Amino acid sequence: MKLLIVDDSLIIRKQIERELKVSGIDEIYLAVNGLDAVKKCKQYMPEIVTMDLTMPEMDGVVCVKELMKINPDIMILVISALSDKATAIQAIKNGARGFICKPFTEEDLNKAITKLLEDARKIIAK
Amino acid sequence: MMNEKEVNVFIKGAKNYFKTVSQLDVEIGTPYLVNSREAAVGDYTGIIGISGERKGCVFVTAPTAMLRHLVVTLGDDGSDNELVRDVIGEVANTISGNARSEFGPDFMISVPVVVEGKPQMISVPRDLMAFVIPVQWNNYSLFVVVCLE
Repeated sequence: MKLLIVDDSLIIRKQIERELKVSGIDEIYLAVNGLDAVKKCKQYMPEIVTMDLTMPEMDGVVCVKELMKINPDIMILVISALSDKATAIQAIKNGARGFICKPFTEEDLNKAITKLLEDARKIIAK
Repeated sequence: MMNEKEVNVFIKGAKNYFKTVSQLDVEIGTPYLVNSREAAVGDYTGIIGISGERKGCVFVTAPTAMLRHLVVTLGDDGSDNELVRDVIGEVANTISGNARSEFGPDFMISVPVVVEGKPQMISVPRDLMAFVIPVQWNNYSLFVVVCLE
């Protein structure tokens, strides 16, 4: 499966890429903001996305909606420092399938991505 | 003007950040107010603008050596200046964003702006006092500065 990592922070993009230890991710693509993510999503059609919320150009809240228009089955995990419940609920309402808060551990990341992969496989199997 | 409980939100954020990424506890010095509306800064400063119900800014300022060490702790190359610059913005973003668990969704944070070099001072918004929170991590000193209406 293909994963798109969306975050304006270089160090977070690298951290996610490096700490991902789950099997089943064959290709990883990177996007530096929401606009870039929309472009990369159309180009590579990833099944799974990690999405920051506070970004320049197009923020993650808008980007989640845009990616859902491109592929309603896309699995989006929001990874954000915005730790209030309302933001997490809004992200889920917009179509995200999970939310983890920064700072995160390797275990947090892998647990959340594993869950998304399982869900993605179920959708593909239907 | 901020109260003690609100200052503690940012202390909690700084403790949580460094504990999660490094498994090390930080030491927090006594927070103090900067009367001159200006705060001394380190080699790199990550600045977050605050809008919505509260207005002002939060910034985190740190020496280069500390940031290089932090980049290495995160698993990357500490000699890469782009990462050093990036990480201070991410620390500021994370501490500010985490504050929404207490301040709520109307505590709007900007993307980080990173200032490199060591200017004599950064001006905080006019007529506001800034709380300076001294943080000691891994024998390095950094400061979280919070200035809110």
